[in-house]
Amino acid sequence: MRLDAFHVVAAAVALLGAAVTIFDLLPINKFAFFAGYVVLQYVVLATAWNIMGGYMGYVNFGTAGFFAVGAYTSVVLYNLMQAPLIVMIPVAGAVCALLGLGMGYLTLRLRGVFFAIATLALAIVLETLVVNWDYVGGATGAYILRAREIAPFGDYVEFLFFVMLLLAIFAVSAARWIERSKIGRGFAAIRDDEVAAECAGVPTLRLKLIATTVSGFLMGVAGAPFVLYVGFVEPSSAFNLVYAVNSIAMPMIGGATTWAGPLIGALLLGSVQQVATVTISSELNLLIVGVLLVFFVIAAPEGIVGLVRKWRGGGR
Amino acid sequence: MTRERLLDARAVTKRFGGFVALDEVSLDVEQGERFGMIGPNGSGKTTMINCISGTLANDGGGIVFKGAMLDGKKPHERTRLGIARSFQIPKPFRSMTVLENLAIPLEYASGAGPREVEERGMAILETIGLADRAGENSGKLTQIDMRKLELARAMATEPELLISDEAMAGLSSTEVDDILDILFRMNERGITIIMIEHIMRAVMRFSERIVVLDAGRKIAEGRPDEIVNDPEVERAYLGE
Repeated sequence: MRLDAFHVVAAAVALLGAAVTIFDLLPINKFAFFAGYVVLQYVVLATAWNIMGGYMGYVNFGTAGFFAVGAYTSVVLYNLMQAPLIVMIPVAGAVCALLGLGMGYLTLRLRGVFFAIATLALAIVLETLVVNWDYVGGATGAYILRAREIAPFGDYVEFLFFVMLLLAIFAVSAARWIERSKIGRGFAAIRDDEVAAECAGVPTLRLKLIATTVSGFLMGVAGAPFVLYVGFVEPSSAFNLVYAVNSIAMPMIGGATTWAGPLIGALLLGSVQQVATVTISSELNLLIVGVLLVFFVIAAPEGIVGLVRKWRGGGR
Repeated sequence: MTRERLLDARAVTKRFGGFVALDEVSLDVEQGERFGMIGPNGSGKTTMINCISGTLANDGGGIVFKGAMLDGKKPHERTRLGIARSFQIPKPFRSMTVLENLAIPLEYASGAGPREVEERGMAILETIGLADRAGENSGKLTQIDMRKLELARAMATEPELLISDEAMAGLSSTEVDDILDILFRMNERGITIIMIEHIMRAVMRFSERIVVLDAGRKIAEGRPDEIVNDPEVERAYLGE
């Protein structure tokens, strides 16, 4: 892999993240980390969704299902062996990758709206399973006691913020790499015309399974630290439809065909939601998403990235 | 002159529910041949090539290509074996430029590395006459250029057999000659071609041999001059 400006920026962001969390370099309010974690979590989720939805054109409504399975994998690991976060993340990723692969196999014949409905159904089925599974707390939920502080970060939330920052950098780098690879070009061919892609030699089934697996992995990874972040998880919060709606809206607003789209969309929309939660009301979030989504679908169907490209193109 | 048999379709049958779209249609195509397939609308021509290219699975009969059974093979596997097709209604990859459209088959079917793609893609566009459109968005091409792109993309898979599904429908007479010219040149390079076409002038000029389908059955087969004078064919087209 060639190194370029992107990798320099990514490394700089990681270092900056380490600097502010470990050495408290900037006078940042504790709440900023608390809110920042959620925004970064959406960077991972939106990027993961976009690998299937944006690159390949398969709209997944089941983000919440994958996210929650990632979170509940952590609960199981904690109950079994008090596993640390460093174990929870890869295992949750692997479980959700398998889930993605399975979903891919089950839904591979479905296209368009039928695929979207099937993914939504999957999330509902998973939620029902968890509600009826006492080992992970069933409908009442599960507690995890986390340390208040962790060296060398100090506050535990700052540590989680840093972890999520690394996961976000990892997710965006992976998406960017896929986009520029032969696989990414195959995804785009599937999005444009699946039959023509197949007849041009693209193994569409295999690529679709790669997409569902990678996308599932990243969603699971995003869900793994959730239990430690909130300390308590129950089905209706982990399987909340908000995750699905946001992870669709963010890439759409940012621009779905490129890695920068979900990143921009998640940073923007995620931040606006966090600010609105504190200053106005927590119920206003979805309204903001809805209004922005309607606006972008009508005025800028290719998102912010598309708008920027158009302005640049017009200036030439 | 004896030529190797390239494609051998035996008693291919395809049903959609109770409707029999293909009823035990057999045809064989020889290496290097220019083969025409005609028939009224709904006679099963496109269904036949869907069965050959693998986008539909035949319910009965079997298709052999270069001595290997095709049944059960996915379309992309057949493409890699050397069967390429163009689509009646052009299906460009609309988010891509013309050259990027060719990059897909070049990378996925002919095993070109990322560095060879541009050179090989441009060479194909050169022969098709699309070189000056290489950087344009493929969704915004004119009809004739979209047809050419279909053929260019098929070429990029390095086929031994090219199935051209009504590449000329709706084109002007000079444009038809343009496409014919391209197909003749491809054939000269050793590519076997099956042409499905409604424009009689073009099929008759192009084909060495023609089969005629009507209502899912093969009703005639022979040289163009034999087909023109076949009473059965006349009846299929003009009625009793």
